[in-house]
Amino acid sequence: MIKVYTSSVIDAPADLVWARVRDFNGLPQWTPFVTESRIEEGWPADRIGCVRNFRLRDGGLIRERLLTLSDFDYECSYSILESPMGVENYVATLKLTPVTDGNRTFAEWWAEFDCAPERESALAEQIGHGVFQAAFDSLKKVLAR
Amino acid sequence: MIRVRRSAVIDAPIERVWAVLRDFNSHSAWHPAVGPSEIENGEPSDQIGCVRNFTLQDGNHIREQLLALSDRDHVSTYCILDATLPMRNYVASLQLKRVTDGDRTFWHWESTFDVPRGREREFDELVGNGVYEAGFAALAAYLRRDGRSVSRVTPVDSQGVVATSFGGPDVLQMRRLDAPAPRNGEVRIRQTAVGVNYIDVYIRKGLYRMIELPAPIGMEAAGVVLESQVAGISPGDRVAYACTPPGAYVTVRTLPANQLVLLPDHVSDEAAAAIMLKGMTAEYLLHRTYRVKPGDTVLVHAAAGGVGLFLCQWASALGARVIGTVSSEAKAELARANGCEHPIVTRSYSFAERTKQLSGGRGADVIYDGLGHDAAQENLAALAMRGHWVSYGHATGALEPLNLGAKSGTLSQPVLFHYTEDSLQQMAGRTFAALRDGILRPDVRHRYLLAAAADAHRDLEARRTSGQIVLLP
Repeated sequence: MIKVYTSSVIDAPADLVWARVRDFNGLPQWTPFVTESRIEEGWPADRIGCVRNFRLRDGGLIRERLLTLSDFDYECSYSILESPMGVENYVATLKLTPVTDGNRTFAEWWAEFDCAPERESALAEQIGHGVFQAAFDSLKKVLAR
Repeated sequence: MIRVRRSAVIDAPIERVWAVLRDFNSHSAWHPAVGPSEIENGEPSDQIGCVRNFTLQDGNHIREQLLALSDRDHVSTYCILDATLPMRNYVASLQLKRVTDGDRTFWHWESTFDVPRGREREFDELVGNGVYEAGFAALAAYLRRDGRSVSRVTPVDSQGVVATSFGGPDVLQMRRLDAPAPRNGEVRIRQTAVGVNYIDVYIRKGLYRMIELPAPIGMEAAGVVLESQVAGISPGDRVAYACTPPGAYVTVRTLPANQLVLLPDHVSDEAAAAIMLKGMTAEYLLHRTYRVKPGDTVLVHAAAGGVGLFLCQWASALGARVIGTVSSEAKAELARANGCEHPIVTRSYSFAERTKQLSGGRGADVIYDGLGHDAAQENLAALAMRGHWVSYGHATGALEPLNLGAKSGTLSQPVLFHYTEDSLQQMAGRTFAALRDGILRPDVRHRYLLAAAADAHRDLEARRTSGQIVLLP
């Protein structure tokens, strides 16, 4: 089991950032790598257990299940059901915390998963940097004041 | 009850911010609202329960008690015991989190407390702005002022068990010590587990003159890096060492980084403290001084001792026939359970004949001898033709000149630190791999608080212990 942790500071109030990221079906609106997304079986995007089915720019298809969603804690978590990444038991959590100094947002995103030992460092880099940090960077642009 | 919450991002790595904040008495150095402050009763400023007694610049007087401190989660929680301000039930907690984007630090500070009705807003301002927000800005400036040399900002208190003179366990006393700022090539570590070895007893008694009194003793420990002045080792890294000079019985230690190994996840701090010295000794004795091969006959003296058990475990895994000497039936059982196929119970050092019998008349291809003088003639008799006699200790006195020509024998008198000098990383790597693969099985049965090191020595010398002993700072 390896853990990848990425955190950043978004220059926007936490409630605005949360409004963006709480939409489990909203990846195409704020990440650079997702082109289209739908929630399977017509479920609402904030119902625990719903499955988002989305396509990456490179063509890969990923299905993820929403495990938790808390508007109080600004925190949600999800697991991967299917992906081309070759990971097992993948659970990720995205959490926001208000920064009172400057009315900004401290954003954390971490994942735990199993994979072949020789792929650990490459996957950690790909997920921590290529996915989480890239999404944060994109979020910063989308929400620039 | 009012709740005050403030948070900020500090432009410094979390280790630097935490090194300051974890010290419950550091606030007078960096917080503009805080005047003189001291920890009551001379307790360490990171000890749970310690009380800081300070005056604010406005003349108010406060006593606060440290309730919780986590180096893993970077959390410090404390409460007000007495204050000249009308605040009741004040409990505050500060937490740091790493901002990986830019290597900065998120700092959350919050508290709950009661104040007289109608004064809520006043106190929200006083605490939230006057203490927390002012503190964010002041600490950021404090860290900037100090530039890169974090070490000068944070004089780190250490405590250690010091030999005050040479003698019995009572000469060991807990003293305040200084862990100096690391210089180039050095690191400062907070120790989490310290290994106890019989050599510590010899040093305490003055049999091995390896310290200038008064000085802390101890050869091995594991811990977490606080500050590093060397590439490749960073604050937060888990590390361990076994090295001279003595000085491992301490809470915080500064030492050269070339003595350190990074700990893999599968090696706990306790296991590392228990295995660095004895495990690496077994490693070089079995793989470097002499290379044990399948089918070798190996004779291990004190086979139920600390190094002896590791030698039996590892030599049997290498496919050797392991014969051992022990002083009692109980120890024979223990040795047998750890890979010693043929334990010989003897208190008079007679084992040569039995060794020859067990090896088809040939004798031992290699003898691991920590006994020395009193067993010398028997060892020579037990040695196979062209055998290798490894004398790595001399519990009964130094060896006298030997007629090794009688066996075309080879004698080695190896010292661990002559091997670790240039092969430390490889030795530790193979030792950790043996631990991971279940070849080496340290048995930490005895844990003592660091302050109770004298008790550990008493039990060790009275032979009330078995397996490894670990002190917890």
